[in-house]
This record gives sequence, C-alpha cells and structure tokens, in this order.
Amino acid sequence: MKEIKPENLKAGSNLEKVLASGQFACTGEIGPLTYATFENIDKHAEELRGKVDSVNFTDNQTAVVRLSSWAASLRLLQLGMEPNLQMVCRDRNRLAMQSDFLGAYAHGIRNVLCLTGDHQAFGNHPGCKGVFDLDSVQLIHMLKTLRDDGCFECGAECKIPPKFFIGCAENPFGDPFEFRAIRLEKKIEAGADFVQTQCILDMERFERFMEMVTARGLHERAHICAGIMPVKSPKMARYMQTGVPGMIVSEEFCQRLEKAEDAKAESVNISVEYINHCREMKGVAGVHVMAVAWESIVPSVVEKAGLLPRPTF
Amino acid sequence: MIIVDNKAVEDVLQMIAPYKKVLVAGCYGCVTVCLAGGEKEVGLLASQIRMARQKEGNPIEVLEQTVERQCDKEYLVKFQDNARDVEAIVSLACGIGIQYLAEVYEPVPVFPGVNTQFLGANRDVGKWEEFCMACGECVLDKTGGICPIARCSKSLLNGPCGGSQFGKCEVSKDIDCAWQLIYDRLKSLGQLDKMAEYIPAKNWHRDKGPRKLVKEELTLERD
Repeated sequence: MKEIKPENLKAGSNLEKVLASGQFACTGEIGPLTYATFENIDKHAEELRGKVDSVNFTDNQTAVVRLSSWAASLRLLQLGMEPNLQMVCRDRNRLAMQSDFLGAYAHGIRNVLCLTGDHQAFGNHPGCKGVFDLDSVQLIHMLKTLRDDGCFECGAECKIPPKFFIGCAENPFGDPFEFRAIRLEKKIEAGADFVQTQCILDMERFERFMEMVTARGLHERAHICAGIMPVKSPKMARYMQTGVPGMIVSEEFCQRLEKAEDAKAESVNISVEYINHCREMKGVAGVHVMAVAWESIVPSVVEKAGLLPRPTF
Repeated sequence: MIIVDNKAVEDVLQMIAPYKKVLVAGCYGCVTVCLAGGEKEVGLLASQIRMARQKEGNPIEVLEQTVERQCDKEYLVKFQDNARDVEAIVSLACGIGIQYLAEVYEPVPVFPGVNTQFLGANRDVGKWEEFCMACGECVLDKTGGICPIARCSKSLLNGPCGGSQFGKCEVSKDIDCAWQLIYDRLKSLGQLDKMAEYIPAKNWHRDKGPRKLVKEELTLERD
C-alpha cells in the first residue's frame, strides 16, 4: 500500500484514494429505473454497501428515459455512499453539462465517468435530436480544464470550479482494434484519471488490448479498471454475442454457461476467475463489476474474489 | 448536390384540395439529377393530380413549368406568367427553391412537393448518400477526406465510439462506420498519426443565427 499525499489528490474521492494507495479497486453499478422512484437504488445500495468503493449510475442507459444519473448519485450520497456520476454526450450540450457539473459538485459528488452514449436510435425516443455537441474526449478535456485551470469551455473564469476525479471508458472489443489503445491515450491526454473498460467476455482479446496499453505506458498515467459482468443466463450471453454492437463474447464463455448445471453459479465462478486473472495482469488497477439487471449478485462475486473488506480512509 | 425525395401524391392532393388551378414548378438543378423534381417528374405529378381530381369529380387545371434553378431570382422570374395565373403552386425544388418561390410570388401559396433530405452524392443508380452537413468549418484535411460530422451517426471528432465493429456503425449493419473508413484511408495515406491528434470542441457556427455569406468584392452596392 502506497502512502497517499493529500496534495496529490485531484478530487479526494474514496475511489481516488483507493487507487492512489495502490490497492485493487472495486466499483459497482446501478441502473436507475424508468419511473420516478429510488426504490431499486435504495435496495441495491444496501446490497453494495461496504462491498464496493463507489457506485456508477448510468445516464439514460441504452437511450431509454430513466431517472437521472445526478439525482440517483445524490440519493446515494444521502445514504452515505459514494457515487460515480455517468454523463453521456447524447443528451446535453456543453452548457447543460457544465451546469450539471457545478450542481453535482456542490452537492458533494466527486467522481464522473465521461461517455459518448448509445445512439438514440436504440432507445424509446429514436426520432429525438441526438446532441453530440461534444464527443467524450472533448468532454473529458472540458472537465479537466474546468478543474485545473478554473475555466469554462468558453474560456471564462469559474471562481469555484468543480474538482472531479475524471473517468472515461474504453471498449477493447470495438474496432479498429489497433486504434483502441490510441483512443484511450487521447482520453488520458485530455485528462482522464481513471478508466473503466467495457465488460470482458473474451479474456484473450482483453489481454491483447492490455498489451497495447502497457506498451504505451498508459497504465502509469491513469488507473485502468477492468469491466466484469456476471451474466445471468446462457441466453443473455448468446444475445450479447450476436445482438450488442461493439461486444465480443467468446464461444468458450457461452458454452461454459450452457453446459453448466447451475448457470448462475457458473457465471459467478467465471466472474471470480476473471477478477483474479485481472489482478495478476500488468496494468490493471481494479475492477468495475456491472451486473446489469442482476445487481444483487455483486456482493457474493466480490466476496468470492477475496476483495473484502474494502479499504477505508 | 441536394438530395430530395417526392412526397406522397395523396399529401400533395390534400394541400391543393381547395384549388381549381395550380402550377407544378420544377427545377433543372439538383432535383433533376436526383430524379425527383425535373421536367419529367413535373409532368408525372401533374398527370397524377389531374387524374385523381377527375376521378373525384372535382377537375383541376394543372400548368407545368421547369426553370434552370429555383434558388436564383434570375430564373424564378420566368415563372411570372404562370404563377400569376394560378391559385397555388406546388414546387418540386429543394426547400431552398420552395421558399424563394413563395417569397417572390407572394401572396400565391406555394406548397412542397418533395421532402428535402440531405447533401449527398450519387452512389449508384437510384442510390444517394449523405456526405456533408454544411457545418461551416471543413475538417476533411484532418480526416483523410471523409467527413465524420455527416457520416458518423454521432458526428464524433476524435475517433470511433465503442459501438464500431467489423467496419459497421452501431446504428445499423447497413451503415459503414465513418471512423473505420477514416482509419483505413489515413493508413493507406501513411498518415495514421492524424488519428492520435486531438480535435477540440467544434464551433457549430450557429452563433449568428441563420447563416449569411457576403463577399463584398462581388456585391453590386457601391459607396
């Protein structure tokens, strides 16, 4: 464990401290619902309490209208836990984004994950106008400039700037594959402090990605957390293999779930294996466990992977 | 060129339902090339309107005329005799021509006979594709001559999103990922280093409202 120097911290969030101390980070995720309730957030928050270092809240995931990411993040703060506010470029222009950042920070939110966002064609308002005023690299750059230079995107001064721990995603399974590490470098260059990758359902491809990443020394410039997804059923694995753009699911992964007597137990086993494998891999600083529609399984995955207890500061 | 597509005849018939004498106005510009608003299509729509109204027992007189360009006043003047002689005009020009015609011949009502689609190129017989969004600040020098603003579904400027796979866009397998095309082009040009360059947030050039271009040296106004 490394000693943390407070003056080196950018935001001072719990997640930042875990990563800065060199301990293997573990984050979770909750997808807000499509109606006006904190019901699932309260429930899953209790399941995740003490099991993860921070909790991501998706921002209108799959372009479907859901309870907003900042509202969910605020709820988590009220419950005494640490949120990671996801923000996509699809729904807001630079004005709305910066405004939300000021509000989120003033409320005590310290982690932000900057994303492009699924195209609106996937969601329940396909005819809407996708904003994409900025792309995710520009969003990261804007957030860093705001934090470190105290300037809005327009160049005007922000007297009390929000100081976020800035996150980005990268998809090792998208194409062009050779460009994926370069794209990650662009994001780190723009200001990303930590990275959460797309979920790994093909370890061999992820290994090749990490080879490119470490060859560029990117793991020394940002904390890279590997995406882990406990997949609930063999059917879901097959769907992700063929029906989700930008995903690669190995045949071995699908078959293991299909052949297992207890597919759910096998899914937990695979997640634990992947976590252990990532811990040994050069350049991986933590895992982001996203159990879409299966949040309740996260505590047992984390426990079996030996990631408990979580560090406290 | 500007690509347009014809409106359904039923929609056009509804627009001109109250009138007994109309002009169908064509344009020899882009809409002729994309086979939607030239002399031939004017004749076709005029016949369809006459036949439909005849069938309804509500005959209508339809005049036909096509000019070089409806986006130029010089040519719009040629409609003068017919435009003043009808109760309404259906224009098969792009949205620009339709508006200009309506302005010049006010108070004669002018209706659109087409839906203006995009700025594009002819890919094959009967196939057109969007190539440009007239953003006001061309980036093609940075992107190997392929426009990410018009051809990436999200108009991204710093590379493909996570949905790009096997050369296709996440929106549809029928759409090539613009950034894969850019990557391949830059690779073949030996300019892959451009993929690593940061392209800053874009000025979308809407800060002065509807755009105007004035070239002083070409204007006829003198001090």
